[in-house]
Amino acid sequence: MNTADFEFLSAILKQRSGLVLTEEKAYLLESRLMPVARKFGFAGLPELVAMVREDRPEDLLCDITEAMTTNESLFFRDMKPFEQLRTLVIPQLVEKRAATRKLRIWSAAASSGQEPYSIGILLKELGDLLDGWDVQILATDISVDMLNRARAGLYTQFEVQRGLPIATLVKYFKQVGEKWRLDAAIRSMVKFKEFNLLDDTATLGQFDIVFCRNVLIYFDQQTKSEVLGRISNIMSDDGVLYLGGAETVLGITDKFVPITGHRGMYAIAGGEPALKSA
Amino acid sequence: MKTCLVVDDSKVIRMVARKILEELSFTVVEAEDGRMALDACKVSMPDGVLLDWNMPVMDGIEFLIALRALPGGDQVSVVFCTTENDLEHIQKALAAGANEYIMKPFDSEIIQTKFTQIGLI
Repeated sequence: MNTADFEFLSAILKQRSGLVLTEEKAYLLESRLMPVARKFGFAGLPELVAMVREDRPEDLLCDITEAMTTNESLFFRDMKPFEQLRTLVIPQLVEKRAATRKLRIWSAAASSGQEPYSIGILLKELGDLLDGWDVQILATDISVDMLNRARAGLYTQFEVQRGLPIATLVKYFKQVGEKWRLDAAIRSMVKFKEFNLLDDTATLGQFDIVFCRNVLIYFDQQTKSEVLGRISNIMSDDGVLYLGGAETVLGITDKFVPITGHRGMYAIAGGEPALKSA
Repeated sequence: MKTCLVVDDSKVIRMVARKILEELSFTVVEAEDGRMALDACKVSMPDGVLLDWNMPVMDGIEFLIALRALPGGDQVSVVFCTTENDLEHIQKALAAGANEYIMKPFDSEIIQTKFTQIGLI
């Protein structure tokens, strides 16, 4: 791909999704957009770019954005955040929310659903701790295709092996041909919604726990700061934000502070986090 | 350094598994069927076993049952690694005392994740 085409597509992606594509990632454009080119009947990427330049067809732009913003996901990714959620955050929030018995969790870049479903399985495994509670898990993603995949709750052997303990697979999945389908009881715990992290979060309601992991790394500093600011606006004062292991709020926003001793977890600045620093 | 016994009748699989496990800092011992694996365990009990199902002489499930009956055999973490990828086989393995189950094909990430989950890493 020539420099002009790369810069043209990069600018579109930045504007539509916040994705910042550096030149060393040019190969990603080629590998991910070839299937899109084929789907629309183009001979190659130059023809695809030419059509975008000429007409800017919305369906093509959507597919380009989806192809470039789709990222890998796995069940119980990194394990530790989920362990902390189970042993520390949820028990403390259960205490603090005893009066309202309501808990809202947002998985902000849900991709094919492994993260919100991991949360759902985790909550189910807590047994009667949350009996009678109104627990909502909202899972959002910019990609409609990914959300449809997530809603189906159908995963390949490769996907279920990445992160799911075998006992959990046996307990919560049924084998359907070559694939594995998550039980309807867990699927029904998660509400999926199309949402662009560049948009206003006000319509989503307030959350006690937000997972926004491994997505900020694709944004520039300004966009990271804005996204974190919008997340902070809809978090309860004692809420907990989870970021990916390679992400931080330091030097990006003063809306959040790291929770000492709990890598990847952040509290609202000046708030009283449900999870105290270790 | 922990020891892992790789039990598989395929030399290629044993070689691939050895490479992955050595990169994860395991000392690797190999056996090409359940009987040889059991003999190896009687001499020195490993920390973990990566275990194929279908093998000549003694298959994986027979080995697992015999291992669990040995003194100290209940302390070993056993991870099946097999092409038997149906629920019935998985349940049979868990009932026999398997700690984890990998459906082939596998890669280093899957082995690392499974071994971490059961505390071998």
